[in-house]
Amino acid sequence: MSRSTKKGPYVDPKLIEKIREMNRKNEKRVIRTWARDCTIVPEMLGHTIAVHDGRKHVPVYITEDAVGHKLGEFAPTRTFRGHGHHTERSTALK
Amino acid sequence: MARIAGVDLPRDKRVEAALPYIYGIGPTRAKEILTKTGVSPDTRVRDLTEEEIARIREYIDNNFKVEGDLRTETQLNIKRLIDLGTYRGLRHRRGLPVRGQRTQTNARTRKGPKKTVGVRRKK
Repeated sequence: MSRSTKKGPYVDPKLIEKIREMNRKNEKRVIRTWARDCTIVPEMLGHTIAVHDGRKHVPVYITEDAVGHKLGEFAPTRTFRGHGHHTERSTALK
Repeated sequence: MARIAGVDLPRDKRVEAALPYIYGIGPTRAKEILTKTGVSPDTRVRDLTEEEIARIREYIDNNFKVEGDLRTETQLNIKRLIDLGTYRGLRHRRGLPVRGQRTQTNARTRKGPKKTVGVRRKK
């Protein structure tokens, strides 16, 4: 079920406060955040936000198309290296 | 011959059942079209008058996006997700299920026919 429109989009309060502060001062800094569930709102346009992927912070540049998506969508949490390669260990067995 | 939105409708079916042959029109829209244009859902496609066909065609043109246009729109939506670098775009690119379904088993619709992977050991 999707979120009630009455509440509006979920935006991390601390993160948006920092963004507003930066907009006020007209500066651009990379902010690190763990709030992967935070919706991207127009105020974040043009900023770069470093989103946590569970290990490190992935820098995400916010474009106009990204508005309405969540920050986490841009920082994948899994690294898939592929199956079934011939490693030294698998070939050494007989 | 009833040719609507670039698709030939099967002649022997009732219009209600024939309209869903158009991509973008299902049972619900078929019913809606017929009530709004005042065509009986029970008429066979071959018995439709030219004037009825014209009315149906006009109603579809004015209200729905069908066939090629609709397919293009869907493709553009997918392309947007891919170009944006989202997780969903990544899943489309890899041909895996997009909405969080399991992939250890099943997911054959997205992944296609089974292909065996695994390490072949030397004898």
